Amino acid sequence: MVVGGGLMGACLAWGLARQSLRVCVLDEGDIALRASRANFALVWVQGKGLGFPAYTAWTKAAAAAWPQLASDLKSDTGIDVGLDQPGGFTLCLSDRELEANVDALKKLHNQPGAVAHPYEVLDHGQTRALLPAIGPDVSGAIYCPLDGHVNSLRLFRALHTAFKAGEIDYRADHTVDVIDPQAGGFLLKGDWGEIRAPKIVLAAGLGSARLAPMVGLDAPLKPSRGQIVVTEKAAPFLRYPVVTVRQTDEGGVMIGDSEEADGASLTIDHGISSVMADRAIRMFPLLADLNVVRTWSAFRVMTLDGCPVYEQSRSYPGAFITMAHSGVTLAPRHAYDLAQAIAAGVIPDDISVFGTRRFHVPACA
Amino acid sequence: MFRRAPDRIRDQVTFTFDGILITASAGDSVAAALLAAGIRASRTTPVSGAPRGPYCMMGVCFECLVRIDGVGNRQGCLVPVQEGMTVETQKGAHALSEEPAP
Repeated sequence: MVVGGGLMGACLAWGLARQSLRVCVLDEGDIALRASRANFALVWVQGKGLGFPAYTAWTKAAAAAWPQLASDLKSDTGIDVGLDQPGGFTLCLSDRELEANVDALKKLHNQPGAVAHPYEVLDHGQTRALLPAIGPDVSGAIYCPLDGHVNSLRLFRALHTAFKAGEIDYRADHTVDVIDPQAGGFLLKGDWGEIRAPKIVLAAGLGSARLAPMVGLDAPLKPSRGQIVVTEKAAPFLRYPVVTVRQTDEGGVMIGDSEEADGASLTIDHGISSVMADRAIRMFPLLADLNVVRTWSAFRVMTLDGCPVYEQSRSYPGAFITMAHSGVTLAPRHAYDLAQAIAAGVIPDDISVFGTRRFHVPACA
Repeated sequence: MFRRAPDRIRDQVTFTFDGILITASAGDSVAAALLAAGIRASRTTPVSGAPRGPYCMMGVCFECLVRIDGVGNRQGCLVPVQEGMTVETQKGAHALSEEPAP
């Protein structure tokens, strides 16, 4: 039983069904706080894992496994998720910004047990050779050849289409209110009724915070809101994704990089979205000609240290929790490796480092 | 398909659509003037290339996109028609110019 039908839950359900398990997904309805419909759709390696080298390794392997996932989804559903991994850029609008980014990458590579990822630091001219549309304010860039992006709405649709083909029992409008651990399994209840399952996976995003304690688990989240601005479709001008600006396979330009410590309100903050738009126009002056057609905000599923949480309950084995804000990048690890571990009932060492024990060290010290 | 209401006829304004001379009434939006002239399709979509024409007439649906005086992706329903305007079909995606807007 998977609680949550967002990208995390959908990847796991699809992966568990491939392990020949009978899978049921209990999901909320259309108005759920669903990061899966609001994300920026990057498959991103660059800069991840500062303070947590295992996260660099986990992310690198995810990016490497993405072509396999895209091809498996295509053969299961006929849907092309538009995977494109040409490498990606962080564009900097001052020398100080470039230095700060380079310093962070040096730190990442110098930490004990560091896992390296390739990157290049480019000056304005070198950047312009690859991204001809940049403006004079761009002082330089960091390029990582492992980065890319997908069409994440199509990814979401592909997984849900695969549910039908894979005979996964998907139930929308099934908000889980209570989970009762019982002999031989769990009883899940809501206003829709109740259902029993021998094994459960909490993939309920922000909802996991409420459900986890019912099965002896912990969901350490912090508020993180992001905003995105989307323009009308334009002829292709941006060959590579930039961490805050990307052109989708259908031509629309997505702009987004806000990270706000707001967990209460989803109202768009125009002050923040105009700074995002202004920075994007300084990066690519031709964007000034484009109309904005949509803006939205959403809450990330952000753990205390920004790295994923995967754990099996000690007090109630058979109950798992899975949380990550990088549901797109990590999709292949969730669909293959994590689903396999959950099916086996044992989380192997390379995944168990993502348990919540890491948050208990400061509490004990 | 559309007939102009008798109480909405004002001074004549002429403009061109893809080179064809069209007579409109002052105060018409570009989209309304095109529909009144019997033009059903004024753009093709960037994704499938299908022809589309004005739909919501209130700035929401972006179906009425046209090129006006050389500027792509203008919403025809939000632009009042002006004497001598050059309006063209918006073919597919808006091509961004190399040089930034002034």
